[in-house]
Amino acid sequence: MAELTAVIGIGQTKHAAKRIDVSMAGLIREAAERALADAECTWADIDAVVIGKAPDMFEGVMMPELFLNDAVGGAYKPMLRVHTAGSVGGSTGIVAASLVQAGIHDRVLCVAFEKQSESNATWALSISMPFSVATVVGAGGYFAPLIRGYIRRSGCPEEIGIQVAVKDRLNALKNPYAHLQLADITPQMVRDSPMLWDPIRYLETCPSSDGACAMVMAKESIAKRASKPVAWIHATEMRSEPTMFSGRDQVMPRATLDNAKSLYEKAGITNPRKEIDCAEIYVPFSWYEPMWMEGMLISDTNQGWKMTESGATALDGDFPVNMSGGVLSSNPIGASGLLRFAEAALQVRGMAGEHQVDGAKKALGHAYGGGSQYFSTWIVGSEKP
Amino acid sequence: MSDKKPEEKEGPVQVLQTPVRLEYVFSAGQSASRLLGAMAKGKLLGQRCPVDGRVYFPSRGSCPQHGVPLDGAPVELADKGTVATYSIVRIPIEKVPLELPYVTVQVVLDGADTVLMHLLKCDVDKVHMGMRVQAKWKPREEWTSSVENILYFEPIDEPDAPYDSFKEHI
Ligand SMILES: [Zn+2]
Repeated sequence: MAELTAVIGIGQTKHAAKRIDVSMAGLIREAAERALADAECTWADIDAVVIGKAPDMFEGVMMPELFLNDAVGGAYKPMLRVHTAGSVGGSTGIVAASLVQAGIHDRVLCVAFEKQSESNATWALSISMPFSVATVVGAGGYFAPLIRGYIRRSGCPEEIGIQVAVKDRLNALKNPYAHLQLADITPQMVRDSPMLWDPIRYLETCPSSDGACAMVMAKESIAKRASKPVAWIHATEMRSEPTMFSGRDQVMPRATLDNAKSLYEKAGITNPRKEIDCAEIYVPFSWYEPMWMEGMLISDTNQGWKMTESGATALDGDFPVNMSGGVLSSNPIGASGLLRFAEAALQVRGMAGEHQVDGAKKALGHAYGGGSQYFSTWIVGSEKP
Repeated sequence: MSDKKPEEKEGPVQVLQTPVRLEYVFSAGQSASRLLGAMAKGKLLGQRCPVDGRVYFPSRGSCPQHGVPLDGAPVELADKGTVATYSIVRIPIEKVPLELPYVTVQVVLDGADTVLMHLLKCDVDKVHMGMRVQAKWKPREEWTSSVENILYFEPIDEPDAPYDSFKEHI
């Protein structure tokens, strides 16, 4: 039986388009020191460090974990770097949790970051390969045809993408760490924003952010001594699949469905819509809210958009999604997955501030990456599993 | 590395620009070698999976789903196909020979069971799923061993393919 494990400390930076006030190391320290303070421990108490970020080409710095070894407190301790494309933040949290669950370490720090302003992620995502033609500009160019596929299959109205874009930005106004603070956002403003990759509009897209997130995880005997509430890890799950094969369902990949089934089985959840109180889902383009409601088996196939339409996913709905403002409001890519996991943990600790869902006891954190081919998820709870 | 001298300036140095440039050598291997060699002759060669018989184009030499080599006789494909899904792009990229806005498509070539990502030159208001399209090649004398011998796809005067015939590709 795995060691019962909890999140005992969480920290994040103020996310912004450009954090030129800090170096990459400074950005990480900002999040990590907040996590340590929250966990009421010091660098000396940390047994191992796990660091995650998106592809090196996003900043043009090869293996930044080498020069960041001291900044993350890795010196003379085990240190690992994780990479699973856009889902990397989630996977970083899962690797850290696994080290405690396996009984290898007592207290592990995980840190994930991106300093997007230091280079050009869209350029890095638009490299042409010798066996294919350069057609795609950035992640939006890749996902737009898939979103169109979802709209065709589900009959999802155009308003849904707009509705999610507004909802998440309004939630972000309650989150002082969120990058975008669009106090005057309206559906009309989203509708009037430029169409970038039809059907994705500018305001239906995530921003490009600098930011970091950190968490301290600890085994039960340490976690139960904490003076603040902790988030108990009920289950973690990951899946991957090839980017391309004949007959692959790119809109609703098998990996997401397998991942969801296994996660709920491990967490003892039979009806996710009822048993989970809120979810923080990786939604880089607004249409992915309904898509992943289906991909996480929270909604029936082709019906996910009805959850958005009915207001169920709003902060005061029966299944709040992206209470923090989500990826649509802050997107330091490497950290984005860990921020989803952290928000789920903050919710069940009752420490989410103005965007707290009243009485949240069980929450889902979710990240995906690559060509919808990596999925990382966890369920955390205010009570032990 | 830039050989520019830093400008003398009052106040703190906040950011520096350090350009990085990289060229790499692609080892084509048997499969891409055959594909690119055929492209130089204006032919599109796919490869069939021995497990389920599906035809991959472009093929990377193995089936990602079954983990087996695609080493049977190559299958010659038409340069015509059906648009499975698409996007209209309104932000610029280098190397794309079309003016903004342009259309990116996932085309199922006749005889293939995979989608090919490419460009479509057409009136952007006319593009739709099921549209029949054909490759527009560079002039023959400019052909090289490159996928870029096909500049883009163009609509052709054929009735739309029925949704059921391509829906598994969207
Ligand atoms: Zn196969």
